[in-house]
Amino acid sequence: MKVHLKIWRQKNQQEKGHFETYTVDEVNEHMSFLELLDVLNERLIKEGKDPVAFSHDCREGICGSCGMVINGRPHGPDSLIATCQLHMRQFRDGDTIVVEPFRAKAFPVLKDLVVDRSALDRILQAGGYITVNTGSAPEANSIPIPKKIAEEAFSAATCIGCGACVAACKNSSAMLFVAAKVSHLALLPQGQAERTERVKKMVKAMDKEGFGACSNTGACEAECPKGISLRHIARMNREYLRATFIAE
Amino acid sequence: MSWFSEFARSSLGKKFFMAVSGLFLISFLIVHLAGNLLLFQGPAEFNEYSRFMSNSPLIRFMEILLAIGFLAHIVYAYILAYKNRQSRPHRYAVKNNSPASFASRTMPFTGSFVLIYLIVHINSFTVKHRFLERENTDFYRTVVEAFQYGWGGFYWLFYVIAMAILAIHLNHGFQSAFQTLGFHHNKYTPLIKKLGSLIALAIPAGFASIPIYFYFFAPKI
Repeated sequence: MKVHLKIWRQKNQQEKGHFETYTVDEVNEHMSFLELLDVLNERLIKEGKDPVAFSHDCREGICGSCGMVINGRPHGPDSLIATCQLHMRQFRDGDTIVVEPFRAKAFPVLKDLVVDRSALDRILQAGGYITVNTGSAPEANSIPIPKKIAEEAFSAATCIGCGACVAACKNSSAMLFVAAKVSHLALLPQGQAERTERVKKMVKAMDKEGFGACSNTGACEAECPKGISLRHIARMNREYLRATFIAE
Repeated sequence: MSWFSEFARSSLGKKFFMAVSGLFLISFLIVHLAGNLLLFQGPAEFNEYSRFMSNSPLIRFMEILLAIGFLAHIVYAYILAYKNRQSRPHRYAVKNNSPASFASRTMPFTGSFVLIYLIVHINSFTVKHRFLERENTDFYRTVVEAFQYGWGGFYWLFYVIAMAILAIHLNHGFQSAFQTLGFHHNKYTPLIKKLGSLIALAIPAGFASIPIYFYFFAPKI
């Protein structure tokens, strides 16, 4: 099959950027979207042109490195996957596919489709941790955790920090990301020591980075490659109210 | 009070005030609708109610609370909408809103229209009732005249359109307020959503029935 790619090209943070259209012939429907970009880039290199810059690492859908907005949807037109797991069979012969970087004030474009997502790292550094003794591993069954709690915590812990929630949200809000971390650690006994300070610190860091607020539209949940639920945002709201009004 | 100002300035704190004031305003809508439905009872009943509303000290107190509720909801809404817009300086070339409902995406717009309506409404009735025509004992007539002849016969239509837009606003607002306050559970969230849709339909329909009745069905005065 053959596809036309309308890709955002931007040399650096300062340049304004523009769309450029490329046609790729002989696309295999089993290719991943990143492999399609690889094929395009090999051609561009042979032609002596600048290849399209994009982030990627594991290409197995678990590292959260890849991420771009394809036809208006973060990670493209399939659910519960990262861009590396998007396959060309999702498209039809002759399609024009528009590829843009994640757009948010807190995610400046570095080059082409690569954005700086270190804002998420700074939020994590503000409170997304627990205090434990390093050294020998503790006995796994010494702290009882009911299965339901463990599952709920795990459903939040599956967040890979890709930033699709920010890209999908009309407010560029990072609430789903922050909520996943807050919720995950607030549910578990190991997270109790920092529970109150964590949510306050992480929300403060999130606001400082210039992310928007939550309008409860649910766009983040729909685009999240791990299907993280809005339930966790409600839990973060609860945690924040508890930390502000109830906790010591 | 530094802990409180930190809360009030945070994005979550602002949303908390939006949710609390929003639910308070919904409770006001229900009370206001109950009173207005006395228009269907007749002039005597409605004028008696209207006299009570202008003389009761309790209503004076509630008016102040209500003004605070409206102000908080409106001011925080614009602050949040402005910040939310700023958080994406470069818009997408292709927009795909499929997962987000129309109501949830348009809250600042539907809210702004309701605000315009509110100003028109207060100017038409509240200002007259409370200040300009305090000696007027037949407020029933004032209301019916407005719906039958106001703005060259289109005043009633503005009310009906405003209520349709209010319905869209409430349809997202009610359930969203509970999410913001931290209530989300598989046990009761589906019920909250259904209740929200019911409230969003019933309250504006109740209000809209008044101009529709007086324009189309009631004898002209």
